[in-house]
Amino acid sequence: MWTYIFTGSGFWNPIWWLASFVIVAIFVYSFFGSEVKAKYSPDKVKPFLSGWDEVNKDAMQVKASNIYWGFTKAMSGYYRFLDRCHTGIINDYVVWFMAVMVITFIAFITA
Amino acid sequence: MSWTEHAPILIIAAPLLVSFAIPLLEKIDYRVRNAAAVLSLAFSVWMVLIVLHKIWGSGPVVYVFGAKSAFLPLPSGFKFPVRIMLEIDNMSAFMALSGSIAAMVGVIYSWAFVREEEGGLGKYYSLFLLMAVGMLGMELTGDAFNFFVFLEIASIASFGLIAYRREDPASIEASFKYMIVSTIGAIFVLVAIGFLYGRYDALNMAYIAKHMRIGIVERIAFVLLMVSLAMKAGAVPMHMWVSDAYGRAPAAVTATLVSVSQASLYGLFRVMFSMFGVTMNNHFGGWMLIIFGLLSMFIGVTMAIVQKDIKRLMAYHAISQTGYMLLGVGVGLAVLDNPVALRSYGLAAMTGGIFHIMNHAMYKGLLFLTAGAIFYRLRTFNLNEMGGLARKMKYTTIYFIIGAAAIAGLPPFNGFASKLMIYESVYKFNPLLSVVAMVVSILTLASFVKVFHSAFLGPEISKTRDVREVPKSMVIGMGIMAVICILFGLFPGMVVKYLAGPAAVSLANQTGYISSVIGGGM
Repeated sequence: MWTYIFTGSGFWNPIWWLASFVIVAIFVYSFFGSEVKAKYSPDKVKPFLSGWDEVNKDAMQVKASNIYWGFTKAMSGYYRFLDRCHTGIINDYVVWFMAVMVITFIAFITA
Repeated sequence: MSWTEHAPILIIAAPLLVSFAIPLLEKIDYRVRNAAAVLSLAFSVWMVLIVLHKIWGSGPVVYVFGAKSAFLPLPSGFKFPVRIMLEIDNMSAFMALSGSIAAMVGVIYSWAFVREEEGGLGKYYSLFLLMAVGMLGMELTGDAFNFFVFLEIASIASFGLIAYRREDPASIEASFKYMIVSTIGAIFVLVAIGFLYGRYDALNMAYIAKHMRIGIVERIAFVLLMVSLAMKAGAVPMHMWVSDAYGRAPAAVTATLVSVSQASLYGLFRVMFSMFGVTMNNHFGGWMLIIFGLLSMFIGVTMAIVQKDIKRLMAYHAISQTGYMLLGVGVGLAVLDNPVALRSYGLAAMTGGIFHIMNHAMYKGLLFLTAGAIFYRLRTFNLNEMGGLARKMKYTTIYFIIGAAAIAGLPPFNGFASKLMIYESVYKFNPLLSVVAMVVSILTLASFVKVFHSAFLGPEISKTRDVREVPKSMVIGMGIMAVICILFGLFPGMVVKYLAGPAAVSLANQTGYISSVIGGGM
């Protein structure tokens, strides 16, 4: 059985998954795939921005820095802590390493 | 006697010899130099497969340098393991297969990626092969001191490769930082080996394991080895060097550095299972791995999600994915002395963790190569300066989707199979750990959706107007890893049956490891 694995609590067979996926895809396509498509026209896909001209393409896309803004804002306290830990200073890297070494040793001796 | 008897050493010898021949081969033609580098690593992959075949047939392979036996019999009749040897069980061979494939792909990719006009390509290929030699040596040796030597070979070669683009000050800074932390870690590894040598008069890992009796010296050595190797593997909170080093090294080097870090992870597992095993407090060791794993998974992914440098983002994901391996194998170690739990879910957790090692080497290698392909055309890693690349770089886009789906654990790719094994087996140990692992997977998907949107989707922007697909050798390199991601995803049973499963059993079986080297007599 090259496709089957036991996962500890159950099993996984990607071929079954793929077969199921294909069946569902065919089923969905048979219902929704035969819709009549509208004729393409550039005017139909032109953005309408309340009468303003379309912005420059370079400025149109949401940039990576702005994606998940809400998530990072909500987690700002956590990220402030992480920023303080990630100083980029080599001395701090060594301090973290030594601190973990000492804590692990104390924990191991007392365990 | 067949020449294949020497396959274990040929795995290391081929790239080692070619690395020193590179300056000469370069004099003939750059294509001869590049072809020799690729062929030497392809030869290593072939040799690993030969050794694997032997292991499947007759158990672990022990290769002693210059003699039949590792032991030197004294006039009194007492035998002592003094000779240098390689001990290759399923776990070692599994790691060597993963590492040699990654290194071979890295060299194929480098053919076009590293341009002749950048200069120093002879040194680049020599160091690349030496890095592969160090990595493979760490995974195959049965001698603690040689482990340290190979660790240093891999590290020193890595320092040079990370700083390869020396016109970029950040590359030199990253290399310097890695050099400092790596060297301090290596010194601790050496001190630990020195402690064990002073105690047992031996460097042979199996011999030390057989005679292990727990005292203060062993405890110190255990902690030094565990923390140092965890740091070298990139475990949180000793991970800071990873984002610097992975972020600034050339992409082909980064893809292989992932496997080099995994060699340290292998060393960590080998020390904890095969050298110390249940004679040390395996609950403590197991829980330490689990804690390192949880921290790595969560902090790695949450740091990744806010990055705007594509390679730093991927580097933090590498830290996060290492957490899954630590978690799966850590659960196995925590229940190592409980045969019922080990059979019920411990071995499955270990198999999942080990399976994830190879999956990670392939999909993370692939993702770093796609980042390199973007850099090759745009000369930037900044996601804010990218957009619409799917229109221009179709192969790279497809490979990125495959890599991203695999790392996020989407079926039917390879990452899903190993993560599912980890979720379901770790759940039986502690459901909360599985929940954290699944949340991290969701955040991983979110992070790669961001990359896909920023780099590949959207309208064509001015910077990407003249972009086209990368050269063939880069496409082929990425293609090899993408195909492996798909095949391992579609046929996980084959990988678990022949590679990951036997590797987990080998790792858990300390007695088997010892007896394969020194038998039951000593």
